Amino acid sequence: MSKKWRIRLLWLLVPVSAIVFAVGVSSLVLLSIGESPISAFRSMFSYGTQVNSFVSTVNRAVPLYIAGLAVAVGFKMNLFNIGVEGQYRMAALVAAAAGAAVTLPAPLHIAFIMLVAMAVGAGWASIAAVLKVKRGVHEVVSTIMLNSIATGVGAYLLANYLRKPAVGSELLIATPQIPPSGQLAPLANLGGEDLRSFVLIAVLLGVFVYVLIWRTRFGFDLRATGVNPDAARVSGIDPNKMIMRTMLLSGGIAGLIGMSDLFGFFHAYTLDFPTGLGFDGIAVALVGLNNPLGIAVAAFVFGWVDRAAQILDLQGIPKEVIVITKGVIILSVVIAYEIVRRLVQSQEVKAAAEETRRIEEEREAVAA
Amino acid sequence: MSWGTTDTTALVAAPPPQGRRLDTRRVLLLLGWIIVLLSGVRWITGAPDLTSSNTYGAALRLAVPILLAGLGGLYSERTGVANIGLEGMMVLGTWFGAWGGWHFGAEWGVVLGILGGTAGALVHAVATVSFGVNQIVSGVAINILAVGVARFLSVVTFTGHGGGATQSPQVTSELPRLTVPFLAGGDLFGWQSPDTLGWLEQRHWFLISDVSAMLRGFTVDLSILTVITLLLVPITYFFLWRTRLGLRMRSAGENPWAAESLGVRVYTMKYLGVLISGALAGLAGAFLVLEAAGIYREGQTGGRGFIGLAAMIFGNWRPAGVLAGAGLFGYADALNLRSAPAVHALLLFIAIALVGLGVWYLTRKRIFGGILSIVLGGLTFLWFALADIVPRQFVSITPYVTTLLVLSVASQRLRMPTYDGIPFRKGSQIT
Repeated sequence: MSKKWRIRLLWLLVPVSAIVFAVGVSSLVLLSIGESPISAFRSMFSYGTQVNSFVSTVNRAVPLYIAGLAVAVGFKMNLFNIGVEGQYRMAALVAAAAGAAVTLPAPLHIAFIMLVAMAVGAGWASIAAVLKVKRGVHEVVSTIMLNSIATGVGAYLLANYLRKPAVGSELLIATPQIPPSGQLAPLANLGGEDLRSFVLIAVLLGVFVYVLIWRTRFGFDLRATGVNPDAARVSGIDPNKMIMRTMLLSGGIAGLIGMSDLFGFFHAYTLDFPTGLGFDGIAVALVGLNNPLGIAVAAFVFGWVDRAAQILDLQGIPKEVIVITKGVIILSVVIAYEIVRRLVQSQEVKAAAEETRRIEEEREAVAA
Repeated sequence: MSWGTTDTTALVAAPPPQGRRLDTRRVLLLLGWIIVLLSGVRWITGAPDLTSSNTYGAALRLAVPILLAGLGGLYSERTGVANIGLEGMMVLGTWFGAWGGWHFGAEWGVVLGILGGTAGALVHAVATVSFGVNQIVSGVAINILAVGVARFLSVVTFTGHGGGATQSPQVTSELPRLTVPFLAGGDLFGWQSPDTLGWLEQRHWFLISDVSAMLRGFTVDLSILTVITLLLVPITYFFLWRTRLGLRMRSAGENPWAAESLGVRVYTMKYLGVLISGALAGLAGAFLVLEAAGIYREGQTGGRGFIGLAAMIFGNWRPAGVLAGAGLFGYADALNLRSAPAVHALLLFIAIALVGLGVWYLTRKRIFGGILSIVLGGLTFLWFALADIVPRQFVSITPYVTTLLVLSVASQRLRMPTYDGIPFRKGSQIT
């Protein structure tokens, strides 16, 4: 086995070992409350391998996947977009309201809503980008603040401007329903569960991100800045421009997180829209090693655990145990990742030292 | 504190060089002006809640968890470890505080809340200090993990006992409370002393009543935890800036390699900073349960860990600054909860303050800042004159907007610990 492959295998071991470790910790937690982990995992497995569970897993994985992509784009440049959550929520709210306000032919309507969502997501992210470029405000702090501001501003907009007029005594706080031309019919119905069509767009988005980051000049600049900002600057890459573009890209992708639920399920922005997807995206990006394919696998795993755990309640086992599982996965992944990084680095240093010694010995031999 | 006044031109213009810093005299002067202006606005608008003792009392209660979280962030970041896991540690504090309070009584609730927060901090310390994991990532992970742990433990322990997955049974046990005698009418060996400040407040005299109300708000019906928290501000200052251990802890955040070369145990210092941070966040959680709500509820922390961070940044990584930030955010919260007209009246206060600041800028020949400030003040006045009410949601985002404004206007004057957020490995310097 060549050395390059050995290192790749080492990287692959990181998420796998983290998941195994997390399963171990969860088993201990289950044992401590007097439940049998083996029967819990067995029932999760048999429930999770049904056809409709598979469909539900994909539906759950799609928003996670997009959130992971949004975070990963920033991570590739060492930009911490903690604000994916706020960008996603602002985008979903405004896009839902805009989608309900217009009537367009079906494909145009969908495209319009997605464009609005991306523009709002990017716009919200641009505040943090401008603050960083112009005023030197660290993006972690500004995006944390902007997440909370998004909650307040979103609630204000929804309550005062974007809310559907109440009919009778109905108390539902939501934007008006998007007409059918702005909805996506399910791709298929398998085992009684609708497979949402947005999964196709998510796949395209993954390909787009891969090509953009790994196969274009822009992507090269972005990755170079992430690996060594000083070297990148010296080679003529304008760091401020890169920060602006990357942040806008990340925010634009973040704007699409809610679209699967919007097109395929809610058809309006309601208070039931899932929260915390932005933070889960950070987890998914880390477990997936910031790579579109890895993120897809990680999102699938997280979605599957979510779905399969639903059976636990029926057996009297608190399904909340899986939130612990996920938390442990994240923590052990980052720790294992750090250990492997250090291992690889020290090997590289050793190899470089040997190489230098060899060259010097040759030179001495020639001189003699 | 260096977020106050000046730049080099002001330094030349103002003859005494102590004009450079916001020293105690200047802080008191500023505070005095704020009180006079608030009284004036209360008098003009007739919104008594702007300066009532109830408002100040509520502001203090709301400021305590923010202050604790902010001080927690201060300890951690002074040793060079960024801690956005404060929110999660506070969540652990609420759960363990409620569990302890429910099982063993309020005192044990406090102890267990502190221990819960410290446990979360231990995870953060192991990951970031021992393993050198990125501190932001570890903080995010702890926030996710803490919510999961609290939810799981609630299901396991509270269901069937009057609680459930998202809330605990009522915690009936209470902590001792304190009202200062003579000033605010506290008991003295069973004898009810006169409520001097309360009497003065009821007179509604300009300034005198307002100051009395403020003092009364800070002396009546205090929780013992509130008193401890307020004492923590000077204690923190003394500990970090006047003791040997404090100096060593700060040196780990300013330049860990230099500290190491002088024999400071940098890892130990960082562990200490993070653990104290978690303990304070846990105490903040216990306060929310035992003093504010009397019950554990999921989502109870409501981002206060993040507001604490905001207060810390606003306060320029100094204890007194954190106090100012927490007080400001607590006051805004209190007004929002208590009275909409008072929030509206506050606009007038902001407008006058902005115009005043603008005039002061102009006298200092800072034309651009002066004009901007006056224009903003004018706009705020227009808002005050044209609208009857300020939307609730706007007040709830005040801490975050203020922090962004302070960061974007005064980021050159803020000085965070130099090696804050940068992983430290023994023996290998990466700068």
